[in-house]
Order: sequence, then C-alpha cells, then structure tokens
Amino acid sequence: MIIYGVALLAFCFLTGNYIGDILGALLGVKANVGGVGFAMLLLIILTNKGIDAGWLDKKGQEGIAFWSAMYIPIVVAMSSIQDVVAALSGGTIAVLGGVLGVALGFVFIPILRKFGA
Amino acid sequence: MDFAAMFIKLITKNGLVAAFIIIGITTWIAYKIGGLTKGRIHGSAIAIFFGLILAYIGGVVGGGHKGLASIPMFAGVGVMGGAMFRDFAIVSTAFGADLREIKKVGLVGVLSLIFGLLTSWVAGVGAAYAMGYTDSVSLVTIGAGVATFVVGPVTGASLGASSEVIAISIAAGVVKSVLVMILTPFVAKFVGLDNPQSAMIYGGLMGTTSGTAAGMAAVDPKLVPYAAMTATFYTGSGCLVFPSILYFATKAIFG
Repeated sequence: MIIYGVALLAFCFLTGNYIGDILGALLGVKANVGGVGFAMLLLIILTNKGIDAGWLDKKGQEGIAFWSAMYIPIVVAMSSIQDVVAALSGGTIAVLGGVLGVALGFVFIPILRKFGA
Repeated sequence: MDFAAMFIKLITKNGLVAAFIIIGITTWIAYKIGGLTKGRIHGSAIAIFFGLILAYIGGVVGGGHKGLASIPMFAGVGVMGGAMFRDFAIVSTAFGADLREIKKVGLVGVLSLIFGLLTSWVAGVGAAYAMGYTDSVSLVTIGAGVATFVVGPVTGASLGASSEVIAISIAAGVVKSVLVMILTPFVAKFVGLDNPQSAMIYGGLMGTTSGTAAGMAAVDPKLVPYAAMTATFYTGSGCLVFPSILYFATKAIFG
C-alpha cells in the first residue's frame, strides 16, 4: 500500500524533527538543530531495512517517491511566498550584507572542496 | 449570480488544491521556456524565478510579507510552499541517497558550517559597519541575519537589539536566500557543484534551507539530500554561536 511509504516518511520526518528540537533545547538554542538531517538518515536506514526485509514493497516505495517528485513544485511554491518586496526594499545594508555573504560562500566552495579531497 | 465572486470563494476555500494548479501551470510554462533555450537554462531554475516574480507581485498587491500568499485567494500556495511541506519533501529526497557518501562528509562538513557562519558574520558586520553602525549588538545581529533570517531575529532578541536592526537582519537573510536561489544554477559549474561532496559543502556554507533547496533543485535534484544534510544544522548552530562566541568576538573588535 502506498500509504505505508507515506506513513514511514511521516514517521521519519517527525522523529527527526523531535530529535532536532531536543538537541536544540539541550544546547539552549531557540531553534531546531539538524532535524531534517536526522529525519533523512532515519529514512535511508529504514527504507534500506524495509526493502531488504520485504515489508517495504514497490507500492510503499512509490509513496515516498511521489513526495520526492513533488520536491521541485513545492520549491516553486516556496519561492512564490518569499518576501521579495522586503528583500528589494530592505535598504543598502541588507542588500550589501546578503550579496557579500553569498559571494563569500561561493568562494569557499572550491577551497573546502580541495581540502576535502 | 456573481460568477467571479463564486469562483474566488471556491479557490479561497480550497487553497491547497488551487495551489496545485497555479504551481502546475507556472512549472509547465517555465519548462516550455527552458526547452526553448535547448536546456541551457533548466526549467526548474526558470520556474523558481517565476515563483519569485509572483512573490514580488503578490507582496505589492497584497501588501503582506508572504509573497503571493499575501493575497487571500492565493493563500493555499503558502501551505504548499510552507516549511512543513518543504521539509517533508526534502526528507523524501533522501530515499535512494547513498549513505556511504553522507558518511564521508565528516570534517569537511563541519568546516563548511564553521566557514559558512564566519563568512556571514564578516559580511554582515562589514556591511553594517560600512553603513555607520558601530555598536556590537547591532553589528552582530545584522551578521546573524546574513546567516539566515531566523538567526538574525533570534540573536537580536537575545541581545536586545533595536527593532529597526532586527528588521534589517531579517531583510539581509531574505536577500541572501533569494540570491542563493537565483545564482546557484549560474555559478554551479565554476565552483564545481556537481557531486555529493561539494553539495554538502555548499549546504554548510550557504545554510539557508529555502535558498539551498531551490538552488540545488535548479542544478541537480539528485544532490538535494546532500546539501540539505549540512544546511539543516546551520540555523541551529547559528542561533548557538551568534549570540555567544561571535557576539564576544564582535565586542572584542568594536568595543
């Protein structure tokens, strides 16, 4: 059943975010720390287990694959609700800071990549 | 019978379903145009850009902070593109990701997070100082805003920054997020953003979940889970270091 895959995905999502919330609280931070990451790790581990053990069949996997295929449309929807007006009218500091931050970030990609290799 | 009013009522009431059509049509047009460029510009990059234009129009017409969702009849787009579905879809992309690649991230992933936060701090403090701010609280709050638009207000609130500075910090984070969405597909080739390893570095350096989610989608959706894996630690780490270590560092430099 497709719903089994969707339910497994939902379970991983909530469990991961719960771990992220707890980690955030332990660190004394008012934010979730790594929730999506924990959820993804859990999903990878559980889907591998489920496929090997046979309880996550083709249909179940389709339930996860559907959301994965909806990723780009959801991102398009996400971009359509950004506060672009505020970004464009945020003043010189906001624009300057944002531009500098992005530029520096991109500069460090090849540097860290070399370090990683 | 007022057919227009009935129609508007219908799509307001069924916002999420209406959003599927709006986004479906937007994506379809974008991919058609992408096809005309013979794939030089990917359809998803164009679709995201269209999304941003819709966000601008929505913000101007609706007068709110939620882009297209500022207009009540399009509020459903806000559900579809909100944090819940965004993160749900991001997690789903991990299905089929290679655990061995993720395990390799280790030290370089941590370094990318550290450098990501430090570069934001430098960029924000530099921009704020250049424009006349000299007090440590304002400087570090704007730096935190460059990190992400969540870290900015969290830092500002805990250090007691003025609401004007907090507003600037949020705007800086939005600017960064939008820039990452638009620029990533164009610079991907130059910075070697074409494998899981560099995607994880990219996620850690940029940190903005929305920015990297859209940026990566426009480059190669297969790399999304790797970028998300590091980016997900960014905002939390930022909320940890900006009001503490980086605040003290700012204070040590600017007094």
